[in-house]
Amino acid sequence: MTSSISDAATTLFQSAVKGERRSLGKLLTAIERGGDQAEIIAGLAHQVSGNTHVVGITGAPGSGKSTLTGRLLKLFSEAGDKLAVLAVDPSSPLTGGAILGDRIRMDDLAGEESFIRSMATRGHSGGLALAVPAAIQLFDAVGYEPVIIETVGVGQVEVDVAGAADTTVVVVTPGMGDAVQANKAGLLEVADIFVVNKSDRPGASDARRDLELMLDLGHVSGLEQMTGYRPPIIMANSLDGTGADEVLDAIKSHAEFLRSSGKIEIRRKERLVMEIQNRIELLIGSTASVTLESDLGASFVTKVLDRKISPAEAAKSIVASITANE
Amino acid sequence: MGDHQQRVILAKLGLDGHDRGIKVVARILRDAGMEVIYLGLRQTTASIVAAAEEEDADAIGLSMHNAGHLTLGPKMAEAITAAGLDIPLIIGGIVPDEDVEELMDAGIAAVLGPGASAEEVVATVQNAISARDKA
Repeated sequence: MTSSISDAATTLFQSAVKGERRSLGKLLTAIERGGDQAEIIAGLAHQVSGNTHVVGITGAPGSGKSTLTGRLLKLFSEAGDKLAVLAVDPSSPLTGGAILGDRIRMDDLAGEESFIRSMATRGHSGGLALAVPAAIQLFDAVGYEPVIIETVGVGQVEVDVAGAADTTVVVVTPGMGDAVQANKAGLLEVADIFVVNKSDRPGASDARRDLELMLDLGHVSGLEQMTGYRPPIIMANSLDGTGADEVLDAIKSHAEFLRSSGKIEIRRKERLVMEIQNRIELLIGSTASVTLESDLGASFVTKVLDRKISPAEAAKSIVASITANE
Repeated sequence: MGDHQQRVILAKLGLDGHDRGIKVVARILRDAGMEVIYLGLRQTTASIVAAAEEEDADAIGLSMHNAGHLTLGPKMAEAITAAGLDIPLIIGGIVPDEDVEELMDAGIAAVLGPGASAEEVVATVQNAISARDKA
């Protein structure tokens, strides 16, 4: 059984490496589904990956991420790059369905060599945290360079996923809030490049000033000296393409900065550590859920209900019982 | 495969700007738990085939309101077959009853008209997918 799953995965993988797009499409489906086959595929891809530059693009819904990604697709394709885009959109928490509409803004601009895949979050954030790195490794292994991952900048996992890229582009729009907001928003801290999109709209220069101010404070606080890098702010209008070439240049400069400073190895190590961490949490979490639903778990729940032990004590006992069994 | 998440591509082919219906269908399929890859307006047979390959789609839905269905429907079906894809093609929109048979003969899996209920839309797509899976 396991060997036939493994054989099927290997056949598909070899075919995808040869450039068969449909096989790559099927491998991505398997990765999204998760389970044994996904692990085998991710394992095959991992062996031969680690080279491609990963660009994360994130920002609020409607900020113009997909349109900007479409512009970048065009520029990269024109430069002869064979790039892959992974566009992540939320699933409906009620029905599990999703409308994945990012391709609308990309298709016209995509070169024939590029590959776009839409991915729904499918409710369980743990799944997304595993599927995205695996998909990136797969694109990498098959020879796509760079890989762009586009996520909505709401929800910790989505931000984590984009933030774990080599270069993270955060797209903001005029009217997003004042300088205080710019300082407290966690999304902004993962940015290597800022794009103020819809820059023809009123308030665009205010948005830029607020971001500059936030970065200036990073200079005062010592953060900038620590990282050795100050994110550029680019004014763009993705609808007509203004600023897209500057974004491309900024991505290339940041990639060069990462290489010359040796930070690229650190980032990629951090990304792998995070992936291992996520897998550990999912492994332990799913085993713990099974235990929680068993008779043993029910007895702990009863004790918690009777106020004999606390939820924290119950959790510790359940985790202890798992590790004791192994 | 019971746990398989169904993925459906929805598109308008060629010069046809009426996209109210296809947006309603997208919502109906989403609320039935499917993942809808929405390509929107002015697609070509080639762009739809490429999307179907990349997205590993289980079905393709075309919305047609410009009376081009007898020309473009069979062309789309041919393009899917020529690419070696085994994916059902469903046409929705304004299709006169007397044209339905010709479309079915050309390899279109099903035709949905303006009177179709949400239940019919979902059932038609699901039946088309399961008929393909059994074949």
